[in-house]
Amino acid sequence: MDAAAIAALAEPQRRAVYEHVAAAGVPVSRNAVADGLGIGRTLAAHHLDRLAEAGLLEVSFARVNGRSGPGSGRPSKLYRRTATEHELSLPPRDYRILATVFADAVEEAGVEPVLFEAARRQGARLRRDGDTPAEDLLRRMGYEPYEDGPVWRLRNCPFDGVARTHAALVCGANLALLEGALGARVAIDPRPDGCCVTVRRGDAGTKDNVDRF
Amino acid sequence: MSFHLAQLNIGRTVGPKDDPRMAGFYGDLDRINALADGWPGFVWRLVDEDGADATSLRPFGDDLIVNLSVWHDLESLRDFTFRSGHLDVLRRRREWFVPLGEAHTVMWWVPAGHLPTSGEAGERLDLLRRNGSSPEAFTFRDPFPAVPAPVGPVPSEHAHQR
Repeated sequence: MDAAAIAALAEPQRRAVYEHVAAAGVPVSRNAVADGLGIGRTLAAHHLDRLAEAGLLEVSFARVNGRSGPGSGRPSKLYRRTATEHELSLPPRDYRILATVFADAVEEAGVEPVLFEAARRQGARLRRDGDTPAEDLLRRMGYEPYEDGPVWRLRNCPFDGVARTHAALVCGANLALLEGALGARVAIDPRPDGCCVTVRRGDAGTKDNVDRF
Repeated sequence: MSFHLAQLNIGRTVGPKDDPRMAGFYGDLDRINALADGWPGFVWRLVDEDGADATSLRPFGDDLIVNLSVWHDLESLRDFTFRSGHLDVLRRRREWFVPLGEAHTVMWWVPAGHLPTSGEAGERLDLLRRNGSSPEAFTFRDPFPAVPAPVGPVPSEHAHQR
């Protein structure tokens, strides 16, 4: 099942379509994808529907111009990334079960401060690997950062599976991890979706920006 | 009949109200309570005679403070708990609360309009501690719907079974 879903991404152009939809953060139309990637609408529609069949995107219908009632035209087919996780690990690995067991143990022992300190150290280790701009580091770690005024917001929580059952622990550890990696520019600011952390952006005007470490 | 969700939280603090270690918790309490009161889906929370919060009430023992509230549904309570400014308080709870070594929070469904007493809430917590999660007493980890799905085959299906 998951192998088939992941195989749908093997075609580079289809993968670009998938990444475009994922980065949009809101449902997008065929036309928006075609224009965004500079490909034909029929081709965009083909890739989008294949991705939906594979379970990687979900489809909804809405009138994009906000009109309704007679004469407002057919509703557009819109696509967004599904919340379903797809993973393929060969040989099979399951770190989530282990993470859940660890989280239960930390909670029972009441040693959250120890967990947060360990996460902070791990974050510092991630930063140490050189000159990576903050945005690249966040991207590499799967947070899917996007600009929102003075901060990066993080569209994706890489630890969502465990955060759902152990939010206080996982969000706390996640905050500490990013503080360890990026310092005091990290803050907690939960939203309905995505990661609960924001990262203050570097001085956008300068070439050699302060995002660099 | 429609149902609302009741939730009880209890906690043993690291010190009394005037303990400097508790300043961060009590200093933020009014803000967090106001956030809850205005949150979509909030129905009610237990308050003492002062009317601001329940921190002077000790129905479960002199060293246990209590929070008892009612919400329209599980999602609104989940959003407030994990997707609002409350998350940061939850993250820092170990600065203010010692581990209890047993369940400290429980949820259950009440008929809409019913406001639970701390006695009722205590019974639900006991139930959870004795039996684990059940439709009568559960947690975010293993939630149950307000109206349980029918158990076993429904009559019309039953008629077609061999």
